[in-house]
Amino acid sequence: MTASANHTPLSHLDWLEAEAIHIMREVAGQCANPALLFSGGKDSICLLRIAEKAFRPGRFPFPLLHIDTGHNYREVIEFRDRRAAELGERLIVRSVEDSMQRGTVVLKHPEESRNRHQSVTLLEAIEEFGFDCCIGGARRDEEKARAKERIMSFRDEFGQWDPKNQRPELWNLYNARTHKGENIRAFPISNWTEMDVWQYIEREGLELPAIYFAHTRPVVIRQGAIVPVNVPLVSGELTNLPKAGEEIIEKRVRFRTVGDISCTAPVESDADTVAKIVVETATTTITERGATRLDDQTSEASMEQRKKEGYF
Amino acid sequence: MSAHQVEDHGLLRFLTCGSVDDGKSTLIGRLLYDTKAILADTLSAIEKTSQKRGLGAVDLSLLTDGLQAEREQGITIDVAYRYFSTGTRKYIIADAPGHEQYTRNMVTAASTANLAIILVDARKGVLTQTRRHSTLAHLVGIPHLVVAINKMDLVDYSQETYEKIKADYLEFAAKLGIDDVRFIPLSALNGDMVVERGEALAWYDGPTLIEILEAAPAAHTEHAEPFRFPVQYVCRPQDSANPALHDYRGFMGRVESGSIQVGDAVTVLPSGRTTTVKAVQLGGVDIGRAVTEQSVTLLLADEIDISRGDMIVKTEEAPTPVKQIGATVCWLSEIPMDRARTYLIRHTTREVKAKLAGIDHRLDVNTQDKVPAEKLAMNDIAQVQFKLAQPIFADPYAVNRSTGAFIIIDESNNNTVGAGMIL
Repeated sequence: MTASANHTPLSHLDWLEAEAIHIMREVAGQCANPALLFSGGKDSICLLRIAEKAFRPGRFPFPLLHIDTGHNYREVIEFRDRRAAELGERLIVRSVEDSMQRGTVVLKHPEESRNRHQSVTLLEAIEEFGFDCCIGGARRDEEKARAKERIMSFRDEFGQWDPKNQRPELWNLYNARTHKGENIRAFPISNWTEMDVWQYIEREGLELPAIYFAHTRPVVIRQGAIVPVNVPLVSGELTNLPKAGEEIIEKRVRFRTVGDISCTAPVESDADTVAKIVVETATTTITERGATRLDDQTSEASMEQRKKEGYF
Repeated sequence: MSAHQVEDHGLLRFLTCGSVDDGKSTLIGRLLYDTKAILADTLSAIEKTSQKRGLGAVDLSLLTDGLQAEREQGITIDVAYRYFSTGTRKYIIADAPGHEQYTRNMVTAASTANLAIILVDARKGVLTQTRRHSTLAHLVGIPHLVVAINKMDLVDYSQETYEKIKADYLEFAAKLGIDDVRFIPLSALNGDMVVERGEALAWYDGPTLIEILEAAPAAHTEHAEPFRFPVQYVCRPQDSANPALHDYRGFMGRVESGSIQVGDAVTVLPSGRTTTVKAVQLGGVDIGRAVTEQSVTLLLADEIDISRGDMIVKTEEAPTPVKQIGATVCWLSEIPMDRARTYLIRHTTREVKAKLAGIDHRLDVNTQDKVPAEKLAMNDIAQVQFKLAQPIFADPYAVNRSTGAFIIIDESNNNTVGAGMIL
């Protein structure tokens, strides 16, 4: 036996981190013009730490890209800008509201969630900058349709995902080759669960936007879900106004997932530290998206449908 | 550190092979359910679906139905990945469909697994399908096989039936050269011997399925392996404001096998230049040493021209560069292999052009017979010879899965059309 035999296996977090670094470096090695999707949410915050581990002391070989619905929590947007500045990396923001002005996004009604319309703005940004790969923080445990997604997922010229015709992906030999106009979505934390994400945040001491921790805010109960109301936007304007007859109550809540204000609901919680959230995650009985994503509940296959249209 | 991190036995990737008829989906559902990986809202969703379909009990197999197209057809068409944790170990299940036409999915799922669970229906015993799954698992180099003899509840938990199937399987396994195989009787439906022992199999005194999984060795921990470091990316932060970084040249990659530490003598392939390791870093921080599966950055004592696709190895255990390879290939594409065409082979981080030099034989995965072949169609497995435009630095797949594996790419559409294992 030599020194290389019988070493202790890597801890599960070290293994997941090493895999994610490897995937990001494959993107850097194989793609000419990638971008990393950074929303200020916890999964993409992990991606930034992985990018630091992968590429420091060098700069990231990609800019950060955020598709802003204009309906994001102010705390998250502030965090996004501050984090990008601290890292000294370039942040590109493209807005769904600009797509609405161009007429490429048309809402059915002013209150409609802009979440699924991010796909349009993302595809426009991909075209504008000629990105051949977007690195995202999606995880396979989030949703059924994601369980079958490749780590390097091919999208055609229209940004479409064809679940029945995916490139086989074997060993750690990722194929990120594209022709002009085509695109790869790369998911370095595919194999992470919500628990892994929180454990990693705890281990690395990562900072998060305040709304991930227990806080008191005005909400209403709508169809069984806790819906935040009177939420201030970056502009100071209030959104998610209560409907007539709804009773506003103060609740202590935290967000498990953060997206467009119109479709992300918080959960009741007293967990005000990462350690407490880890414990709560270990004992919860409701899935991350089940508890909090109003957009996934539309139909059993709604994520699959949105992904086919070019969603993350 | 919090309590749940005290013990960490790392991560095990395993594969489940079998069809819905063998109770595979039920077994996965059972594993997820009994390890509390399924949460209440998911369960209530499948309860609703079970009722809608007029089923009496909750159908745990619905947990593994992913795509709309699959639900419409009632079959699984693609590999799905599932996750659960026991608190001491994290598990990734690759769930491969069992139908014959989906050999390619099983090969895909098997490529990253260190253990395979092969399901056998206790009423039916060892079938052609069992032999096919075992052949493929063995071919793809999964070191540990577990034959789960399921539906014991339907044969009155008969020890005699179990022993008969075990003997049949061992006879077949010996012919294939499978030596690490374990047997377990279980009922996924009732949960006997999956996570809980249950009462019905008192005559069986071996471990439960979860105990086998908890004790299975993690990948790369059982044998000494040579150091292999394919270079993914070169870091040269010359534009940095920090003058100390002007001469920084970091070679980034993952340790595919073996280990490396500061001071080790290394050779760079293909140039053959030798030097020593000056630093091992993670995120720009010195860590001194790295082992298999760690992603790190190496700094070398001498300035050597190195780029993506090169490989850094220990000087005393360097592989021989080869320009002709024999390999077992699984064809993955609907378009058959064209013998006249040039394909691209991706081996580690290196891409080389390749041409088929000959097909030695095709393997019939149902009978394990070697048969003559002129062409390769989807799901075919064959032993072939390739000529390469540039050398690669390979080890036999049986010795080193990372440096023995390659994929075949069709440059016209960039699809991955084949998977290869070097002989």
